[in-house]
Amino acid sequence: MSFTSNPNLNKSKRFWQAFAFNSFRLLSFLVVAILVVILGFIIINGISVISWEFLTEMPREGMTKGGIFPAIVGTLWLVVGSLLFACPIGILSGIYINEYAKDGWLKRFIKLMTNNLAGVPSIVFGLFGMALFVNKFGFGDSILAGSLTLGLLALPVVIRTTEEALKAIDDSFRIGSLALGASKWQTIWKVILPIALPNIITGIILSVGRVSGETAPILFTVAAYFLPKLPTSIFDQVMALPYHLYVISTSGTNIEASRAMAYGTAFILILIVLLVNLLANWLRRYFGRKVKMN
Amino acid sequence: MKRYFHNFGERLIEGILALSGAVTSLTVLLIVVFLFKEGLGLFSQHPVSEGGVIVVNNQNPVKELSAKQIKEIYDQNITNWKEVGGKNQPIKIFRLEDITDYYPEEQLGANFEYLPQRLSELVSKQPEIIAYFPEQYLSKNFQGHPIELENITLGSFLGGKEWYPTIQPAVQMGVLPLILGTLWVSFGAILIALPLGLAAAIYTAEIADNKVRNTLKPVIELLAGIPSVVYGFFGLVVLVPLIQKVFGLPVGETALAGSIILGIMALPTIISVTDDAMRTTPRAMKEASLALGATKWQTIYKVVIPYSISGISTAAILGIGRAIGETMAVLMVTGNASVIPHTFLEPVRTIPATIAAELGEAPQGGIHFQALFALGCILFLMTLIINVSVDMVSAKKKANR
Repeated sequence: MSFTSNPNLNKSKRFWQAFAFNSFRLLSFLVVAILVVILGFIIINGISVISWEFLTEMPREGMTKGGIFPAIVGTLWLVVGSLLFACPIGILSGIYINEYAKDGWLKRFIKLMTNNLAGVPSIVFGLFGMALFVNKFGFGDSILAGSLTLGLLALPVVIRTTEEALKAIDDSFRIGSLALGASKWQTIWKVILPIALPNIITGIILSVGRVSGETAPILFTVAAYFLPKLPTSIFDQVMALPYHLYVISTSGTNIEASRAMAYGTAFILILIVLLVNLLANWLRRYFGRKVKMN
Repeated sequence: MKRYFHNFGERLIEGILALSGAVTSLTVLLIVVFLFKEGLGLFSQHPVSEGGVIVVNNQNPVKELSAKQIKEIYDQNITNWKEVGGKNQPIKIFRLEDITDYYPEEQLGANFEYLPQRLSELVSKQPEIIAYFPEQYLSKNFQGHPIELENITLGSFLGGKEWYPTIQPAVQMGVLPLILGTLWVSFGAILIALPLGLAAAIYTAEIADNKVRNTLKPVIELLAGIPSVVYGFFGLVVLVPLIQKVFGLPVGETALAGSIILGIMALPTIISVTDDAMRTTPRAMKEASLALGATKWQTIYKVVIPYSISGISTAAILGIGRAIGETMAVLMVTGNASVIPHTFLEPVRTIPATIAAELGEAPQGGIHFQALFALGCILFLMTLIINVSVDMVSAKKKANR
């Protein structure tokens, strides 16, 4: 929208407009500055710690030397495990809400519950995961219990992404397919899902960032302070990057000496988030162009 | 026949989809069941410390005390039995380690095998005594009666001002400082985040050109993506020392540090929700305002903001919700002292931080464990209320259109 300057605009009006706009601009730049300061601080302090040794070796000497290899492996296990749980259920659930559920109290209820689950604090997921998976199901502190807990946390994100992706598809695709004699599921499977897939994948990639950084849900379901060996099955405990950062920056045996390790771990966590966001943005743009070309 | 199978397949798929759709509702239901089952168990528990027993002389008419009274007695704030409904005689406090003041070691036995007997003797001889010792030393024919502790009630749980879940002889389970700490920090966070977030949202939605908007969007996404433990770490190594220096405090871990970090963390929510709301303002309304001679700024605050006010309040509520439930960042920067906060420059302790810090040490199924689940219930209810009210605000908005 363009604004042409009004010659009758009096000075005071113009002054207040300029004042308001400039303060808003300043405050917006402050938001950017906050991000730059946080990222800059972690990157500058962390990048010098990163080495091949840091990425591929076990922690040594009370977490003050060595690397964070087991924590990286642990986080990888948890991300894969939670997505294996959240993706199928989340996508199917999103399809149900957008394509099958009829408008009415049931759909509204399911959506409300999904929103509620998304709003549940991560520590409550931790409590719940401990009560259900660790104790009731008897999985103990294990990758299985941790992945399921994190999966439940990621579930609303996957559902919403799927829903949005499906909602964005024009009804003419559905009507056209149905008119050609395809059944409802054939329409969804052969026509709707392929179009929605890029957006769904983008959403899932973003949830990788979230799952890999969560600490509270894994505190009591899987995370270990230190393990001398890598996990061999889904019933093992693992170390994880966010929990590792928490323990070595607050309760390590020698907090000052392990500070460098903490910067390095924070850097890796930030790196994951940056990569995930870059990848998601790239995918969005790539697929956006492709759809246009068709 | 083929058609029948075809239909059956379609039905089966729909059934599977419906089941998946039910998973979130089922999870919420299970969360409620497990949290409340464990949490409500607290109210049938005696607040005496695990494995301990409190006894008095047989002649003592006092049969029941509250956890608070026990603590007052052991802190020597109550020194006469009269104050708790007994005879007018001073209270004599006895702890197990005091036993050597009364009996030489040989009378207790090499492995303390005579200890139960001696304890019984001691309590029967001293009319004004109150003794606390482990249950295992309570002999079968004990001369004296145990004090019944009043059960923890919802009132004393919610209204109690002291949170000492592991103190002996009687645990203090008052969550008021934790609730107030949570609200205090979240309130501070929203005071910081709301002006900043609103300004950024107005700027991106109404003032900035597309180029600026396209750079601000990834910034907000990144702010939302940074893990809370990284925020906590940043707060710990940068913000906490800064606050300590600027205000000349003994420790920098304060409510202020928590509020600032939480404020930053709530920014993306506030900005994106407000931005969405403002963008739905009909173009015709804005143009009508401009055509009447209003400046762009007048249009923003007389037309756009009033139109999107429900969206802005949704943003504020969601921001508070995010702040209330945040765990790791708060745990790392607020100092975790369970006292009722009076200023932003004191350490505070929030509900999520308490759960995260203490659950690992609480014996499973014990009173402390259950109290932490009860805290989880409170937290869950707080966020539930927030989500339902957001849902109601947006439903009302839809109805108004």
